[in-house]
Amino acid sequence: MTAGGTNLASALAGEAALVAGALVVLAFDLTGARNWSAAARWRAATALGGVAVLVALTLVWRVGAAGPVAGGSFMLDALGTASRAGILVLAGLTLALTNGARRLRHPAEFVALVLLATTGLLVMAVAQQLLLAFLALELASLSLYVLAGFDRSRPESAEAGLKYFLLGGVSAAFLLFGFSLLYGLTGSIEFTGIAAGLAQPGLSPLLAVALVMILAAFGFKVAAAPFHLWAPDVYEGAPPVAAALVASASKLAGFTLLVRLLWPGLGAVAAGSGLPGWLPVVALISAASLLLGNFGALAQSNLRRLLAYSAIAHAGALLLGVMAAGAAGPGPLFYYASTYGLATVGAFGVVTVLDHAGVGPGITDLAGLHRRSPLLAGCLLVFVLSLAGIPPLAGFVGKLLVFAAALRLGGLHSAAGGLAFAAIFLSAVALYYYLGVLKAALVTATKPEQETRLAVPASSAVALVGAAVLLILLGLFPSVLLGIFS
Amino acid sequence: MNLPLLSLLVFTPWAGAVLLALLRGARPAVARGVTLGFSLSTLAVGWAVLRRFDPAASGFQLVERRPWIEALNIHYFLGLDGLSLLLVLLTGLIAPAGLLASWREARSPRMFGALFLVLQGSALGVFLALDFFHWFLFWELSLVPVFFLIKLWGGENAGRAAYQFVIYTIGGSAFLLLGFAAVFAATGTLDFGQLATLAANGTLNARLAHLGNFWPQVVFVGVLLGVAVKVPLYPFHTWLPPAYAEAPTGVSMFLTGVMSKMGVYAFLRILWPIFPAPLHAAAPCLLVLALAGVVFGAFAAMRQTDLKRMVAYSSVNHVSYCLLALFAVSAASGPGGPASGAASAALGGALLQMFNHGLSAAALFLCVGVLETRAGGRRGLDDFGGVRAAAPVFAGLCGIALFSSLGLPGLNGFVGEFFIFRGVFGLAPWTAAIACLGLFATAYFLLTFWQRVFHGPRAGAAVGNWPDLRGVELASLVPLVVLMLLLGVLPQLLTGLFNPLVASWVAALAHS
Amino acid sequence: MNALPCTIYVSFAGALLALIAGARSATLARVVALATAVTALVMTLVAAVHFVPAAGLQTLVDRPWVDSLGVRYHLAVDGISLTLLVLTGIAATAGVLFSWNIGERTGEFFALFLALIGGVYGVFLSADVFVFFVFYEIAIVPKYFLVARWGSTNREYGAMKLVLYSFAGSALVLAGLLWAYAAGGGKSFAVSDLAAAAVHFSRLQQLGMFGLVFLGFAVLAGMFPFHTWAPTGHVAAPTAASMLLAGVVMKLGAYGCLRVALPLFPVGFAYWQPVIGWLAVVGIVYAGVIALVQDDFKFVIGYSSVSHMGFVLLGLAAANGRAVSGAVLQMFSHGIIAGLLFAVVGRMVYDRTHTRKLADLRKMALYRRLPFAAGVFVLAGLASMGLPGFSGFPAEFAILIGTWKTSPLWAAIAALGVLVAAAFTLRVIQVSFFGTVTVTPQGPELPPLPPITLAERAGALLLIATTVLIGLKPDLLLDWIVPSLQSPLFQSVLKGGGS
Repeated sequence: MTAGGTNLASALAGEAALVAGALVVLAFDLTGARNWSAAARWRAATALGGVAVLVALTLVWRVGAAGPVAGGSFMLDALGTASRAGILVLAGLTLALTNGARRLRHPAEFVALVLLATTGLLVMAVAQQLLLAFLALELASLSLYVLAGFDRSRPESAEAGLKYFLLGGVSAAFLLFGFSLLYGLTGSIEFTGIAAGLAQPGLSPLLAVALVMILAAFGFKVAAAPFHLWAPDVYEGAPPVAAALVASASKLAGFTLLVRLLWPGLGAVAAGSGLPGWLPVVALISAASLLLGNFGALAQSNLRRLLAYSAIAHAGALLLGVMAAGAAGPGPLFYYASTYGLATVGAFGVVTVLDHAGVGPGITDLAGLHRRSPLLAGCLLVFVLSLAGIPPLAGFVGKLLVFAAALRLGGLHSAAGGLAFAAIFLSAVALYYYLGVLKAALVTATKPEQETRLAVPASSAVALVGAAVLLILLGLFPSVLLGIFS
Repeated sequence: MNLPLLSLLVFTPWAGAVLLALLRGARPAVARGVTLGFSLSTLAVGWAVLRRFDPAASGFQLVERRPWIEALNIHYFLGLDGLSLLLVLLTGLIAPAGLLASWREARSPRMFGALFLVLQGSALGVFLALDFFHWFLFWELSLVPVFFLIKLWGGENAGRAAYQFVIYTIGGSAFLLLGFAAVFAATGTLDFGQLATLAANGTLNARLAHLGNFWPQVVFVGVLLGVAVKVPLYPFHTWLPPAYAEAPTGVSMFLTGVMSKMGVYAFLRILWPIFPAPLHAAAPCLLVLALAGVVFGAFAAMRQTDLKRMVAYSSVNHVSYCLLALFAVSAASGPGGPASGAASAALGGALLQMFNHGLSAAALFLCVGVLETRAGGRRGLDDFGGVRAAAPVFAGLCGIALFSSLGLPGLNGFVGEFFIFRGVFGLAPWTAAIACLGLFATAYFLLTFWQRVFHGPRAGAAVGNWPDLRGVELASLVPLVVLMLLLGVLPQLLTGLFNPLVASWVAALAHS
Repeated sequence: MNALPCTIYVSFAGALLALIAGARSATLARVVALATAVTALVMTLVAAVHFVPAAGLQTLVDRPWVDSLGVRYHLAVDGISLTLLVLTGIAATAGVLFSWNIGERTGEFFALFLALIGGVYGVFLSADVFVFFVFYEIAIVPKYFLVARWGSTNREYGAMKLVLYSFAGSALVLAGLLWAYAAGGGKSFAVSDLAAAAVHFSRLQQLGMFGLVFLGFAVLAGMFPFHTWAPTGHVAAPTAASMLLAGVVMKLGAYGCLRVALPLFPVGFAYWQPVIGWLAVVGIVYAGVIALVQDDFKFVIGYSSVSHMGFVLLGLAAANGRAVSGAVLQMFSHGIIAGLLFAVVGRMVYDRTHTRKLADLRKMALYRRLPFAAGVFVLAGLASMGLPGFSGFPAEFAILIGTWKTSPLWAAIAALGVLVAAAFTLRVIQVSFFGTVTVTPQGPELPPLPPITLAERAGALLLIATTVLIGLKPDLLLDWIVPSLQSPLFQSVLKGGGS
C-alpha cells in the first residue's frame, strides 16, 4: 500500500468535510441568516451541520478500510472506519436533537463547535501516532469544554465548562508528559515503532510512570474512577445536547484510541515482566469505576447526575472490554461503546426535550411522562433498558460480548474474569436505579397540574425513535456490527 | 346381562349427586326424593350382586380390571368377596335410613342430598376398590362431604369438630400415602392382591429392607397410623366424640354405621394381608390398645350426660371389639398358627359385629335424634323421663335397639359379640377377661339410658305434647329393628356369605 | 409442530396490537389479548396432538445468530417443554379472562402481560443456553410494570423486590454459564456442546458452576431460604399477574434447573444434592407452617406456592426418573392450581369485598353470597391439598415414590408437608368462605355482591377441567415426560432410571 498524498487527502476527506461545514455554518449565519429569527437560525445551522455530517459519513464510508496512511500515521482499519461511522452517526443524532434544546444563543457557533469536536474525534479514531493522537484529543476536548459552558443563562453551565477545562487541562499535561516519556524510552512516536521499542528487554522503571500518566489521562477522558470527578457536574450543568455529545461520541473515540494505543502499541508490556504492566492498573481503574459508578448512582435524585454515574459504571465495563481486546479483538468493545453511545444520546435527547418544556431536572419530575408524551416515555424505556442491559436490546448483547471475552481470557482466576463476575452482580444493583427512573416516568401517578401534553419537535422525535429502533435492531441482529470485525 | 355391576354400585350415587347439583331450582321435596332414590339404588344393585355371588368360590368375584395409568402400573380394579359384600349391603341399608332420619332438614336439602350421595359412593368405592390409587381416592374423597355436612348442618361447635376430624384423618392419610409410595418404590405395583402375594413369600419385606432394616417397620407404622385413625383405634379416637355429637343425625348414623367400618375393612383388606409379619410383631401392643378402646370407651360412655356423646363413646367401644378379635388372631399366629376354631370364631364374630353394630348404633343415633327433635334441641340424660308413657311405639323400637347394642341373646348384637369372645378367650384369655369389664360397663350405661329416659314419671321434655313416631321416622327405624330381630334369630343369613372366606383366612394362617 | 415458535411471535405481536388497540378502546384491547392467548394455546395443543414422544429434543428452528460468540437461535421441544408450553397457554388464557375487568390503561396492561407470555414461551422452547437466558431476561421487565402499576398491597416495594431477586438470580445464572462457556473454549452455547465440554472440567469448576447456576434458578423457583420475594411479590401483584407469576414464572426457575443446571454439571449436582434436598423439604414444611398463621388471604396462597415448589425441587433433588417426572407433573399441576387459587382470592373475592384480611372475610358469609366462588375455592383447595382426583395427587405421589428411593427420611418429611398443607388449606377455606355459618336459614341480610361474570366462570371452568382431567388421567402428560427423561443428557444425572 503506497501511502501517498492523495491517499491522505481521501483518508481525511471526512474530516475536511466537517471543517468545511463548520466554516460554512459560521459564514451563513453571519451573512444570509443575519436577520432571521432565533428559531430559524437554529434550524438553518443544524440543517447545514447535518448535511456536513452526512457528507462526511459518505466520504468516510467510501474510503473504507484502506490500511495505513501517510507512513503509518493513520490506520484506516475496520475499527477505525467503524468508529468514525459511529461517531458521525452519534454527532448527527446530537445535531438533530439540538432543535429541541433550550434556546441557547449563538446557534452557528454551537453547531460549528460540534462539528469541530467531531473532527477531532474522527482523527482520534484513526490516529496511529502520539502527536496526532494528542492533537486530535486536544481539538475535540477544547471544543467540548466550550460546549459545556455554552449556556450563559445558567451558572451551572459555566461551572461545568470551567471544571471540565481545568481538569481536562491537567489531564492533557499528564498525557503529554506520558507520551514524551514513551518517546524517550522507545525512540519513536508511532505505535508500531513504540511496540518494537518495548519488545526489547531491559526496560527502565520510567515506563511505569509513563503508563500511569497515560492511563490517568485516558481515565479522565472516558470518566473512569478515580478520574471521574468532572463527570457529574459536567453532565448536570452542561446543556443537555453538549452532554449528549460528551457522553457518547467522545467516549467512543476515546476508547478506540485507547485500545489502539494499548494493544498494538503497548501490548508488549501489558502483563509486565519484572515491572508491573498496565493490565493490573486498568483492572483497578475498571473495578473502581464499576463500584463507584453503580453505588454512586443509587444515591442520585437528579436524572442527569444519575446518567453521569451510570456513565462511570459503563466506563468500568468498557475498560474490561479494553482488557479483553488483546485476545478477542476490538469487536466486543466497539459494539458496546457504540450501542452505549446510542442509548446515552437517546437518554440525553429525552432530557433535552424535557428541559426545553420546562420539566425539572429531578427524577421525580418525570412523573406522568407516559401521559404527557407517550413517545418520550416509550423511547426513554428503550434507552434506559438498554443501559441496564436487558434483552433484546443492544445493551444486553454488548455486555455479554464483553463479559464473555473477559472470561475467556483466563476463566475465573484472572483479573478480567473476576471483574466480569463483579460486573454481572453489580448490574443487579444498576437495575434498581434504572427501574427507579422508569418507575417515575411510567408508573407513578400524576398530579393534575402535570397533565399537559408535551410537544416534541419533529427532528428530535425522528432522532429518538431512530435511536430506539437501532438499539432494538442491533440487539436482535448483532452480527451486523460484529461482522465488520471478523 | 353383563353389566359392570360394581362400577354401577359406586357411580350411581355420584351420578345422583351430579344431577342434584344441576337441578338448581328444584323444590325441596323433589330434591329429597331424588336423593332417596339414588341412595336406594345401592340396595337394588346390591340385590343383583347378591344373587350372583357365590360364597364358596375363592378369590374376588364380579371383577372389573382395566389398565388406567400405565406409567405408574395402576389399574382400575374393582372386586367383591364376602367381606366387601357384607359392607356394601350395610351401606345400602344405613344410607337411606340416614337420609330418612334427616328428612326434615330445612337448610338446603339439595346440597345435603348431593353431599350425602357423594359420601355414599365414596364409601362403596372404598369397599370395592382393589388397587391403591383409586382406593385411596375414595378413602380421601369421603372426607370432603363429611366435612361440609358436619360444618354446615351440624351443631354449635360443628366447625371445630369437622376441622379436627378432617385433620386427624388426613394426617393419618399422609403417612398411609407415604407407606404406599415406599411399597410402590420397592415393588412397582399397587395391586392389593399382588402385594399380598409378595408379602406372603417375603419379597416385599426384602425389598423394603433394601434401604435399611428398620424401613419395613416404618412403612408398616405409617400405614397403620393411616388406618387406625379411621376406626378409631385408641388413642387416636379423640376426634370421634365431637364429630359424631355435632353432626346432624343422618350423618352420625352413616359415620358410625359405615365410616368406622371403612377403618376395620382397611385393617382386614390391606394391613393384615400385606404386612402380616409386622402386624404379628406389633399385635400384643395393639391388642392392649384395642382393649383400652373397649374398656375406656365403655367407661367414658358411662360418665356422659349428653346422650349423643354417650352413643358415640359406645361406638368406640363396640368397634374396638372387632379390632380386638383381629389382633388376637394375629398375635396368636406363629409357627403352627392359632387354634383354628378360635380363630374362625374370632374373625367370623368380627365380621358379624361390623354389620350388627352398624345397624344398632345407627338405630341408637336415630333414637337420640328423635329425642332431640322432640325436645327442641336438648339431649341430656336428665332432660327426659317417662317417654314410654308418651310414645310407646318409640320406646319399644328404641328398647330393641338398646338391647341389641347391649348384646341381649335373641337380638343380632349378641351373636357377634359371643363369637368374638369365644374366639378371643381361646387365643388370649386374659384379654378377653378384661374385655368383659367393657361388657358390664356397656350394660350399665345402656340400662341407665333405658331407665332414665323411658321409665319413671314423665319429666323434662316429655311433659306436654310428645307425639309418637311419625311416618318418616318409622320408615327409617322399623327396617333396622326388623333386621335386628331377624339376624338375632337367623344369623346364618349373613354368616353364609362369609364363612368360606373366614375359613380360607384361617387356613392361610395355618400355613404361614 | 413447526407452529410452536409462532407462539412466541404471536404473543409479541399481540402485545403490540393490544397496546395500539388500547388507545382506541379497552374492550378492543381485551379482545385482542384473548384472541392472542387462545391462538397460542391452540398452537400448543395442535402441536401436542401431533407430538411423537422421543428421547431427545426435536429441533424446530436452528439458525446462526451471533457468530462471534457461537450463539445459534436454536428452538427445540421435548416432552417436558411441551407440558410446560401447554401450561403456559392455559394459564395465559385464564389470566386474560380473569383480567377482563381491568379498566385503567387496559391496552398497556395486556401488552405487558402478553410480552411476559411471549418471553415465557421462548424460555420453554430454547435449546441454546444464550437464547434461554435472553428470553428469561425479557420476562423480567414486564413483571415489574405489571406489579408496580396495577398491583395492590405495597405494590412498588413488592415489584422492586420481585424484580431484583429475579435479576439477581439471573445474574448468578449468567455468571455460572459464562464461566462454563469460557472454560469450554467459548465456541458454543448449545446445551449438548456445553455438557460435552463440562465433562472435562475440574471438580472445583463443576461444583462452582453448578452452585452458581442452580442457585440462580432456585431463587426464581422460590427455594428456601431465598423465597422471601415470592409471598410479597405475589401479594402485591394484580390477579392475572400473580396467576402467571406463581403459576408459570416460578416454573421457569425449576425448568432452568432441570434443563440447564442438572445436565450440564452432573458432578456438581452430585455434590450439592443433599443440600438441595434438605432445603427443599425444609421449605415444604416451613412455608406450610407460615401459611397456617397468616391473616391475609393472599399471603396464605403465596406461601402455599413456595411449599408446592418445594415439592418440585425435592423431586429434582431425588434425581431418579420417577421423582423427576413427578416434579414436572407437579410443575404443571401447581401452575393450574395456583392460577385457580389466585383467581378466586384476587378476582372473585378481593375485587368485590376489597379486603383480604381473614378476620374481615370471616364475617361476610361468603359461601352464601358468592356460592360459585366458594365452590371453586373448595375444589381448588382440595386440589392444592393433593386430594386424589386432582392433578396434584399423582404428581406428589410420584415424587414421594421417587424420593423414597433416594432418601426415605426426605419422603417422610415431605409427607408431613402434605399434612401441613391440608391444615392450612382447610383453615383458610373455613375462615374465608364458611366463617359464620348461621344455623337458621334466614340469617342477617347482607348486601348482595356483584355476580360472578361469564369471563370468570369460563376461566375457572378451564382450570378446574384441566386439573381434574390430569388428576384422573396423568398418563396424558406422563407419556410425554417419561420418554424425554431417557435422553442421554438426563441419564447422566438420573441414577436408577424410571421404572
